[in-house]
Amino acid sequence: MIHRRNFLVSAAFWFAATTSLTRATIVRDHMPWSPFPSSAPEFERPGPWQFFTADEARAMEAIVDRIIPPDAETPGGKDAGCAVFIDRQLKGPYGSADGLYMQGPFIKGTKQQGPQSPLTPAELYRKGLTALDKYCKDNRGGKSFADLTTDQQDDVLRQIEAGKVKFEGVDAEGFFSALLKDVPEGFFSDPIHGGNRDMVGWKMIGFPGIRYDYRDWIKRHNERYPYPPVSIAGRSDWTPHKS
Amino acid sequence: MRRRTTIAAAVVVLAASVAGGRGADLQRFSEIARGRYLANAADCGSCHTIPGSNKPFAGGRPIETPFGNIVSPNITPDMQTGIGSWTDDEFDAAVRNGRARDGARLYPAMPFPYYSRMSREDVKAIRAYLSTVAPVHNQVTSDTLPFPFDIRSSMIVWDELYFKPQEFKPDATKSEEWNRGAYLVQGPAHCGACHTPKSILGGDKTSEPLRGYTLQGWVAPDITSGLGPLGSWSADDLAEYLKTGHNKYAAAAGPMAEVVQLSTSNMTDADVKAIAVYLKDISGTAPASASADQNVLTAGGAIFQDLCAACHTKDGQGIPQLFPRLSDAATVAAADPTTVLRVILQGTPTVATDREPTGPAMPGFGWQLNDEQVAAVASYVRNHFAHAPAVTADQAAKTRADLASRTN
Amino acid sequence: MARKLPAKDVVIIGLGWTGSIMAYELADAGLEVIAIERGPWRNTATDYPPNFAPDELRYRIRHELFLRPAQTTFTFRNKMNETGLPIRSWGAFMPPNGVGGGGVHWNAETWRFLPSDFVLRTHLTERYGAGFLPADMTIQDWGVTFDEIEPYYDRFEYLCGTSGQAGNIKGQIIEGGNPFEGPRSRPYPTPPQDQPFSHTLFAKAARDLGYKPFPQPSGNLSRPYQNPLGVRLGPCTFCGFCEWFGCGNYSKASPQTTVLPALLRKPNFSARDNSEVTRINLDSSGKRATGVTFVDTDGNEWEQPADLVILSAYTIFNVQLLLLSGIGKAYDPVANTGVIGRNFTHQTISDVTSFFDSSKFIFNPFIASGAIGMCIDEFNGDNFDHGPVGFVGGGYMGQVQTNGRPIETTPVPPDTPRWGAQWKKAVKENYLSALKPGTGVHGSMYSYRDVYVDLDPTYKDHLGRPLARITMDFHDNEIKQNAFLTDKFAEIFKAMGAKQVVKEYRKAPYDITKYQTTHLCGGAIMGTDPSTSAINRYLQCWDVPNLFVTGASGFPQNAGYNPTGTLAALAFWSADAIRKHYLKNPGQLINA
Repeated sequence: MIHRRNFLVSAAFWFAATTSLTRATIVRDHMPWSPFPSSAPEFERPGPWQFFTADEARAMEAIVDRIIPPDAETPGGKDAGCAVFIDRQLKGPYGSADGLYMQGPFIKGTKQQGPQSPLTPAELYRKGLTALDKYCKDNRGGKSFADLTTDQQDDVLRQIEAGKVKFEGVDAEGFFSALLKDVPEGFFSDPIHGGNRDMVGWKMIGFPGIRYDYRDWIKRHNERYPYPPVSIAGRSDWTPHKS
Repeated sequence: MRRRTTIAAAVVVLAASVAGGRGADLQRFSEIARGRYLANAADCGSCHTIPGSNKPFAGGRPIETPFGNIVSPNITPDMQTGIGSWTDDEFDAAVRNGRARDGARLYPAMPFPYYSRMSREDVKAIRAYLSTVAPVHNQVTSDTLPFPFDIRSSMIVWDELYFKPQEFKPDATKSEEWNRGAYLVQGPAHCGACHTPKSILGGDKTSEPLRGYTLQGWVAPDITSGLGPLGSWSADDLAEYLKTGHNKYAAAAGPMAEVVQLSTSNMTDADVKAIAVYLKDISGTAPASASADQNVLTAGGAIFQDLCAACHTKDGQGIPQLFPRLSDAATVAAADPTTVLRVILQGTPTVATDREPTGPAMPGFGWQLNDEQVAAVASYVRNHFAHAPAVTADQAAKTRADLASRTN
Repeated sequence: MARKLPAKDVVIIGLGWTGSIMAYELADAGLEVIAIERGPWRNTATDYPPNFAPDELRYRIRHELFLRPAQTTFTFRNKMNETGLPIRSWGAFMPPNGVGGGGVHWNAETWRFLPSDFVLRTHLTERYGAGFLPADMTIQDWGVTFDEIEPYYDRFEYLCGTSGQAGNIKGQIIEGGNPFEGPRSRPYPTPPQDQPFSHTLFAKAARDLGYKPFPQPSGNLSRPYQNPLGVRLGPCTFCGFCEWFGCGNYSKASPQTTVLPALLRKPNFSARDNSEVTRINLDSSGKRATGVTFVDTDGNEWEQPADLVILSAYTIFNVQLLLLSGIGKAYDPVANTGVIGRNFTHQTISDVTSFFDSSKFIFNPFIASGAIGMCIDEFNGDNFDHGPVGFVGGGYMGQVQTNGRPIETTPVPPDTPRWGAQWKKAVKENYLSALKPGTGVHGSMYSYRDVYVDLDPTYKDHLGRPLARITMDFHDNEIKQNAFLTDKFAEIFKAMGAKQVVKEYRKAPYDITKYQTTHLCGGAIMGTDPSTSAINRYLQCWDVPNLFVTGASGFPQNAGYNPTGTLAALAFWSADAIRKHYLKNPGQLINA
């Protein structure tokens, strides 16, 4: 006698249960599979600013070069693409606090209760950059942040860090905390996100990137790992050189 | 607690209510059991059932051929739309002689040239089993091939060229096991229908039995032994692959996964071993050795180390029953790189069977690698592990485009 | 109006570790089982393959595999007299979502609790006297013993292929293993993982100090393995993207790699993903569950009737669902009555960062796995005399280097500026020669009268239901425990030859922004007394006998170990009781 089960198992082999986040599905008989990854990452490409205005971008590029200054061996935040990274992030779900709990009431609590601001990161940056330039114009000889010398820029940032600066309409220290988080993320995240250009951040510290197989190295103790880093977008050696 | 009604009981009741002297005497249990086993070996259910349907043998499945799609008929015992009113002779003429009930010729998508190796008793047993299946009312239009292939009388020529009806005759110089395997391979299991190269008219190139063919976007590799891609497999390895879908070298994916799932995993251990013993005795030619551009191989090697080694290990050895060993997986070595390319581009699941339920899947890389890179890593894998020819970026592009329009 | 679906024998809420174990066991018993999972189905090759899983920003920083707070979160306050405020973005813990639950992105540290952990109040009272325990500490015995659970620990370890070195087989102490562990019946199914450089140095220093270090029991396998269900795993390749991430090459034990392929072959099992259970329905007597109501992504309500309900969502979701369904009496911390929400705990974690001479030490922190580690257990549980030190509890500690991911793990010495040229230089100079273990000191958190879960009066989830509210703070006992352990831990790094050792004690108040493992426990605890426990020793709800509640929500207090091994063992133990006793005679298994 036929067992119905055999046919559901076997004949349903090519039946792909979709796993999109917008549809509930019933799964039975075999592990669902569909061709291609369910959510391949998107690659950010160089190009025009998608979030920052021209003035904001100028300020951001100056800021990221102070947070991570260039030196003889490694580019700084600007050439590493940290401002581009933040630009792309603010344009996307991070910027709009997508997925975070944004229901009110918004009440400031203790430090242990975590951030309770209704501002999204996009709003925080918009307001923060505006306030920063206003502060500099009001207090540093009429110049915007990007037009100050690097020493002056460092000084402004130190003052903000120490809590000595008040911004209008936005918390200066909160803005600075976001920068301290986002800029290094732009320096060290996979280049597909727009920063860490040419994997300069990874090369600086010796992090091999997305490499996945270290079975040969687990027992090689106290030895420098010699291979160059790899990004999700690959590395130059993946493309055949022309003879 | 709720009790689950057994389908078997329901089916018996249903079948018994299909009145009429046509069809089997339901008391002939051993014939029906034998017929069920043979129907499984012949894999009738694969073509005659729509994947995902719970109506076995009701037909309606489109089958891709080089000449267009053809739709399988309903072979449940339904009186109006199935074969319930057919006589045993009519059924035999279809299966072993390629003739429909009205005498019209069947297209060889129905592998009657192979089924003719079976005896009349075998086919009668299959018919006996089919008449116990739940009848399904499903009118199927089978004539879906495009002009000029829709002219059935053109099959006269084809039959003349390629169809020599002949029952299997054992070779007295070979063992019983070998003969059982030969019978299965040449007859009900119809392996050559996929694995034997075809002429332009779609007939078997009988001088190159089982030397490999590409169909439905997948490579059915050379399954001869000796010097072919399965050269390093023992008969036990081959038997294990057929029975569980996996062995220490390879995993069944694509259409072969369906074959394992529906057919070979349900065969007895002795039968899959017999098939293996027979196949190991068919000699093949050594694959042509191939050279490739060193720049391409270097790039391919870099991609391989960065992306592939995590599963296949850095020297392609893989993990037994989990990640194929690239030096000994037949589709890596096949002359046609279609499977290698599609698996890199799109990924693939592998079959899950009772003995091997894991069904590990290969991820897709087509979103990450461009055509040049796909060709590089495919060339590296084929050249480095299997001495098979390199692959060009154009071939990768072509496969990519082909996959975009496929549903399988 | 909810549309009613065809009835099943069993409905399982949440398809994580315990949900998968329960589903398999009950489907194997021949029942019609449906599992309902709030999140999406996840599979290795399509959701976290090696070619895009190692994305630190996406998975570690943006939490892509985890629950979105917008869907559900919790409110938090330290003390009862404060207002609970929403956790708007995860910090102290990361609730899972999706098929596989936390089993997809855990580190796979697979521990057993100590025998004394299961009879904690009795044991500590006997040894130190009742007056030694703080008056408001509400620890309890579990109602099961280690010996009863041992065969089920074994089952879970053999399901996973856990890699480890046994320390005590049937009473015989084995060199190289954990000499403090409870007696096990047989060795681990696979040998321990190979250890990287820093771990071997830690082990040597620990040995020189008189401790007995041993490899951490790991669900990142050292060998290919086929488990009793026929499912296979591969060997771990030390990619360093373990916790927070899915494993790309089938080498981390998870429901996907150990149970689901075999479970799905059972024709009497099915699952619904992207479906959120909103209520466990009761009949008019309130003593029998009739099934569940769930919501699909279009917002449609459905009712799934069933004879047996298994609640196997994550700890705090279990508690919240019981409260929202009106099952069991809600805990009142002032009156000290009620059971749902009481004895809620987390973990007491601290770390030690150490800096070594970069010209002599190259640690390659990126060559790592989640559960690799050399650990010592001398200061866990009651393994040492607490009399002189004035606290109870403890934890294992170890050099457990889980990663060298650069956003998270670029330690710099304490006085380094947080930005600028000096910061950049310090990051570069220290990356390969600094050590920051994933969780160095893994201490217990015992239960207290004023640490609990209830429903928030103000804030709601995306369906308009009250959020669960966590009231939690550290007590002196845990702070003392942590200071003591952290000091001991730091000594070992000094002995390794570190030029600078920086201790990061865990200090009160409990901070919801700092990650401290996702080992939330309790709130629906097991026990022998229905007035102080929600479920009996078989995880069966006292009030509603056809409801079983699995997971760490059943722990009366948390021990100094990761909880997964224990909650999985208890799931097997409960499934056994259901199969052997309950199904033959449905009803309350314990006559209390």
